[in-house]
Amino acid sequence: MARATSRLTRKRMHEMYRAMLRIRRFEETADDFYMAGKVVGGVHVSIGQEACSAGVCAALREDDAVLTTHRGHGHSIAKGTRLPEMLAELMGKVTGLCRSKGGSMHIADVSKGHYGAHSIVGANMPMAAGIGLAYQLEGKGQVAVVFFGDGASNNGAFHEAMNLCAIWKLPVVFFCENNQYAVSVPAEYSTSVDDISVRSKGYDAPGLTVDGMDVAAVYEASQEAVAHARRGLGPSLIEAKTYRFFGHSRGDPHYGMYRTKEEWEGWKERDPLIVCEKMLKMTAKQKKAHAEAVEAEIKEAIEFAENSPEPEESVALEDIFA
Amino acid sequence: MPELTYVEALNEALHEEMARDEKVFLMGEDVAFDYFGVCSGLADRFGRDRVRDTPICELGFTGAGVGAAMAGFRPIVDLRFMDFTTYALDPIVNQAAKLRYMLGGQLSVPMVARIPSGAGLQYGATHGQSLEAWFMQVPGLKVLYPSCAPDAKGLLKTAVRDDNPVMFIEHRLLYAQKTKQAVPEGDHTTPIGVADVKRAGADATIVGIGYQMGHCLEAAEALAGEGIECEVIDPRSLSPLDVETITASVRKTSRCVIVEEGHLRSGVGAEISAAIQEAVFEYLDAPIGRVAALMAPIPVQTKLEKFVLPSTEKVIAAVRKTLGVSA
Repeated sequence: MARATSRLTRKRMHEMYRAMLRIRRFEETADDFYMAGKVVGGVHVSIGQEACSAGVCAALREDDAVLTTHRGHGHSIAKGTRLPEMLAELMGKVTGLCRSKGGSMHIADVSKGHYGAHSIVGANMPMAAGIGLAYQLEGKGQVAVVFFGDGASNNGAFHEAMNLCAIWKLPVVFFCENNQYAVSVPAEYSTSVDDISVRSKGYDAPGLTVDGMDVAAVYEASQEAVAHARRGLGPSLIEAKTYRFFGHSRGDPHYGMYRTKEEWEGWKERDPLIVCEKMLKMTAKQKKAHAEAVEAEIKEAIEFAENSPEPEESVALEDIFA
Repeated sequence: MPELTYVEALNEALHEEMARDEKVFLMGEDVAFDYFGVCSGLADRFGRDRVRDTPICELGFTGAGVGAAMAGFRPIVDLRFMDFTTYALDPIVNQAAKLRYMLGGQLSVPMVARIPSGAGLQYGATHGQSLEAWFMQVPGLKVLYPSCAPDAKGLLKTAVRDDNPVMFIEHRLLYAQKTKQAVPEGDHTTPIGVADVKRAGADATIVGIGYQMGHCLEAAEALAGEGIECEVIDPRSLSPLDVETITASVRKTSRCVIVEEGHLRSGVGAEISAAIQEAVFEYLDAPIGRVAALMAPIPVQTKLEKFVLPSTEKVIAAVRKTLGVSA
């Protein structure tokens, strides 16, 4: 498993820490709001996996694309998605990014290169190939990154999309967050290989497994894969070993059903925020500055979302056709 | 006006639209060397980047079409056989049809899925289906099905320019037809959602879908010899559906038969029949007749296939029944 090797600038590390903290606090807020009955529909939080979102998106340009999953708040935020409109979407407000019709599982902010959370597992990968094809035809050097989980790597969509990207040398990075479980089914049961990155060999593409709790390692691997794509050399597959600290959704507990307390505690010690704080030897003052800045953003988002109106019923019949 | 076959008309539309807009590209299995002839000359003229053979992966390349459309291109994906759309239903039904809506109008998906369909060539149950009714069920999709050369060209050009996902249904027996029809040159477009009256008559209305239009026109011709004048209507666009033109005809004739190649149950005819009775129930003098594939998979054996599918004879019988006359 690759770990960070080169010296990243402290500024970059602090930026990624800030992004991780922003994701953590947004999702804690979303989870609290869900429990308080303020969220319309389901919420799948990615708490524990923030290093993946922050590390990948730090390696991207603003005009690069990301496509994400039902567990996509983190990727969305790391790509620059606006928090107030995102929280409003979760709360069923008409000011939401998707005018309250997509909800948590379909967050998108196309103006920021965020081409959507896609809730059908695996479906985003052929679409990412298509966006990569558009980028190749346009020749502006843009790259598309598609996030997916260990579960989706067993879906035909992954394999069809990898093959298309490989034969056409499309600028697409496949980023697999192996959080060890597809809902309750363990990857070691459902997946034919220990390291999902090995599957890149079937498509003659580079593959790398990284420590998904280490934002620096994720960033470095992503930089390399993105540069590879931008040079016209085709897709890469990065697998990040990671863990969600919450259940799949609100239907299952943190541990005790399909995950043991010991396993959960082991991963919890490697919380990506703590790992990053240690790497940076972060001072209490620095931590406080990050926390205060993020709290201000969260407060602004809450005020906007709570004060936004619900949609009129007529909105249900809008946006069907262009 | 030049005369073209159905295949030549489709081919001309593709040439013209690809020349007009460089964002238009075509991909699918065997499109560069297209043994159906619809894509003839495109690869040589526009290159393999824009006329792109794909591996056999309907989910993959249809999904890629959706992605390219999201990013501002106008892809035409060629599904080769309507039966193969089963592999592509996620990108069509869950993604193309719904992304604009789910994303609150942030983007649109201007993709055309060209879908050769139909039986009659003894290809059997998995290479001969007509599944157009499935797609009519999905909000966010437009469904077109031209029955003749001028509509084939005009509707395909309109479909490519439309900002929404369009299921563009063709029929392999129409590919095989050598008869030519007058097709306007150049920028000939046919509006979506407008039915066409292919033959005027006052005794009964026949609504014919796609390839079945041929059987409907033959039936109308035969019945005219008996003094029964049928009005034959081609919806051309199944979604949106031009209910007005159909009901205007039924107001005049008070009798209607709907003919499609898809299976009877919950078919196109069921939808049109419901729309007619909702709008002009008081004008109807007889139950609406439906001619469709029998509720069996399409068999290979010629005699059995013919038994299952609609035919001119079945249309004639249905019209006679609605008029209460015997042969």
